[in-house]
Amino acid sequence: METVWFVLVALMLAGYVVLDGFDLGAGALHLIAARTDEERRLVLGSIGPVWDGNEVWLLAAGGTLFYAFPLLYASSFSGFYLPLNMVLWLLVLRAIGIEFRAHLANGLWRDFFDGVFSLASLLLIVLFGAALGNVIRGVPLGADHYFFVPLWTDFRTGPQPGALDWYTVLCAVVTIAIIAQHGALYLILKTSGELNRRLRTIANILLPAVVALTAASLWASVGVRAELLDNYRATPAGWIIPVLVAAALIGIFRFTRSGREREAFLSSCVFILTMLVGAAFALYPVLLPSSGDPTLSLTIHNAAAGARSLSVGLGWWSAGMAVAIGYFVLVYSLFKGKVHLHSNGHL
Amino acid sequence: MGEALFIHRLHFAFTVTYHYIFPQLTMGLAPLLVVLKTLALRTGNPVYDQATRFWSRIFAINFVAGVVTGIPMEFQFGTNWAKFSELTGGVIAQPLAMEGVFSFFLESAFLGLFLFGEKRLSRIAHWWAGFALFLGTWMSGYFIVVADAWMQHPVAFNRLPNGSFEVQGFSGVLTNPWALVQYSHVMSGALITGAFVMAGAGAFYLLSHRAPEFGKMFVRIGVIAGVIATILQIFPTGDIHGRYMAEYQPASTAAMEGLFHSEKGAPLVILGQPDVEHQRIDNPLVVNRLLSFLIYGTPTAEVDGLDHFPRENWPTSIPLVYFAYHIMAGLGTIFVAIMGLALLLLWRGTLYGMRGMLWILMLAVPLPFIANTAGWLTAETARQPWLVYNLLRTDQGFSANVSSANGLFTLLGFMGMYAMLSIFYLFLLQRVVDEGPEASA
Ligand code: HDD
Ligand code: HEM
Ligand code: HEM
Repeated sequence: METVWFVLVALMLAGYVVLDGFDLGAGALHLIAARTDEERRLVLGSIGPVWDGNEVWLLAAGGTLFYAFPLLYASSFSGFYLPLNMVLWLLVLRAIGIEFRAHLANGLWRDFFDGVFSLASLLLIVLFGAALGNVIRGVPLGADHYFFVPLWTDFRTGPQPGALDWYTVLCAVVTIAIIAQHGALYLILKTSGELNRRLRTIANILLPAVVALTAASLWASVGVRAELLDNYRATPAGWIIPVLVAAALIGIFRFTRSGREREAFLSSCVFILTMLVGAAFALYPVLLPSSGDPTLSLTIHNAAAGARSLSVGLGWWSAGMAVAIGYFVLVYSLFKGKVHLHSNGHL
Repeated sequence: MGEALFIHRLHFAFTVTYHYIFPQLTMGLAPLLVVLKTLALRTGNPVYDQATRFWSRIFAINFVAGVVTGIPMEFQFGTNWAKFSELTGGVIAQPLAMEGVFSFFLESAFLGLFLFGEKRLSRIAHWWAGFALFLGTWMSGYFIVVADAWMQHPVAFNRLPNGSFEVQGFSGVLTNPWALVQYSHVMSGALITGAFVMAGAGAFYLLSHRAPEFGKMFVRIGVIAGVIATILQIFPTGDIHGRYMAEYQPASTAAMEGLFHSEKGAPLVILGQPDVEHQRIDNPLVVNRLLSFLIYGTPTAEVDGLDHFPRENWPTSIPLVYFAYHIMAGLGTIFVAIMGLALLLLWRGTLYGMRGMLWILMLAVPLPFIANTAGWLTAETARQPWLVYNLLRTDQGFSANVSSANGLFTLLGFMGMYAMLSIFYLFLLQRVVDEGPEASA
């Protein structure tokens, strides 16, 4: 039962990254890619009706994590207290940036909120990337299952690391490249004309960076935590995941070249999804590794809620998520195709 | 340790109090939007469509503020109340996660359709989008109240050997009788906010001789909804809520009423300051035997005072509980008077020209926000020193690994952030009101 919840929570988080990832990526590129007010309205129009729903995946995943693995939720959220609160501030700023911009036609007002939106998106990507790095590297868990990491210590991955060290910074940089590319591919799908051409150039520049950084980060991960390969050794079928990652990258390359915008974006979704699944597969059954004594790691066994809670939860969770996915299909199908300025009341 | 606990409490209290400013208006306006939309469908009169559009703009701004302040709440259980989360997650996170999967997805999907879909959807489909939005916000309220109600009155759980809690079954926590009572009181409180805001805006337009057609419509709808909600707020919902308190949290009731000593035929204190040092009410204005009557239906029944309970189980801040409760109940009484009078004038057809009454309606707009805040303050501080009533004390629930300095740092950060948000929020609302419903053609 714990394993089922591990898979469900991991999938929800991956779903969050894939979905909110494209609007975060769009945000990070907003100032660079979109130059005029019109182009910026197009970018915002491309994510306007969906970004809030995408973010709900984070809330729902957080709530589900809280329910299924209360100790993990408690330990990691308090342990990453400072970076997590910064994530919360940035989420506030970003939402304000998106939603309040349109209310005034004043140029300064709009520039201000464009800046807020773009900067907050970029910093969120950094923090999310570093967070993933922290989970892979491990944290100094105490015997009581709790820990507290400062923002940084000496930037080394030793037993007393900070939230930022060379490895997690590398993860943040990889994440910027991947998510920015994801955002670019999404915006290419939703836009046309000059903006579309500029985004293609950006995507073409980003792809080699993504490939190089992904390889570097995988190599660094295994260096930092050699146990990551254990599950792959024990279950060789797991190697299908890196194969899919590579295939998705090739897909991105081929489809952007041939102008198949939809397929290129979907390849990027698969790429992100399989990267995260690969990480989850490598960690299992650990949820949060200890950077010191490995017996202190939080696992699906010591962090799970009571058996009764886990079995009761499965019913309502499945029903709720089935309905939620229904809404997503509805909203995305009503909103498919390129955006045009007047057809969208959002602006 | 003591300081860290204090900071974490303040952190939660500040952020949740600020958050609740917005959802109460969201939940209060949502049904009124459905009413406007229904009138538009029924009468075919385009002014109702225009009015719906006008209120949707206000709703949208308010919703954004609700969403951005709500997200931090969802994570604060883990960041600031780690031990509490660890122990109760198997129960309390059920409604929280259900809120995410059942109502937040619903709201986010249909908000977009409602706000931007008027031209693309059919009129009926647009009505349904509004209705779904209303449903989503009211379901949100239910799930969150269920979580709170379980802390007030824990039911349907098993305690595991390691001290943590798990649910007994699917529905036990969701049908907590406390939650049903609390929910009906909270929702009619939200409806009061929506009604006062709508009536107040209408009064503003009438007083400033603008858009009289809309001014009258808003006053009419606001007053009718307001009368219903203000009465429901006291009777039966407030009344039953009070009896529940007396039965299950008697120490909280004693603190709310300022009753230091157990008494047969206990009086109801209307005004006066609780003097905890001397255990008495200063400057009392009381109605004899009324408290006994309200709780037990007989004027001579004995009501337990604070002296009946061990001192370490007294609510930690008795004056705050007492004042918050009296502010809520006092305002509740005033609301009935205001709305009752307005209804009478409306019925006699003189309300729209009665400037004095319109002034009152306009100036009363902040009061429901105060009453709702005071109500939550009562509920949450009267529960102290318990986090989960009688099972888990507040000083056992906070994140001991987060120092008071770090807590203060993020609290100050939220204060700054929310100060800025308030400025934008008021500025944008002022603009919408200033442009007026005429502009929403
Ligand atoms: C417009 C808002 C409003 C108004 C006018 C009232 N209330 Fe209220 N009250 C609330 C809004 C509210 C609330 C914010 O919704 C609370 C806070 C927590 C809760 O469950 O509901 C609440 C809680 C609450 C509680 C529980 C406190 C606790 O749990 O410790 C009681 C006993 C009452 N109310 C009783 C009353 C009575 C007798 C009122 C009228 C005379 C009244 N309320 C008016
Ligand atoms: C919007 C309405 C709410 C308001 C205004 C509110 C207000 C407060 C206040 C003032 C405190 C501090 C009490 C004290 O320390 O003396 C508090 C504490 C707390 N409340 Fe609420 N609350 C609200 C809703 C909720 C809900 C819905 C939940 C649960 C889901 C909740 C859970 C808590 C927790 C965990 C604490 C921390 C422990 C404590 O200090 O009691 N609150 N709240
Ligand atoms: C600890 C307490 C609370 C938590 C954790 C919490 C959490 C949240 C979150 C995460 C959101 C944003 C949802 C989105 O992205 O769409 C939100 C909005 C909302 N909350 Fe809260 N909330 C709390 C207190 C309350 C209370 C006490 C109520 C009502 C009784 C309430 C009612 C709502 C409603 C109706 C919304 C949606 C409408 C709006 O955003 O204004 N919340 N809340």
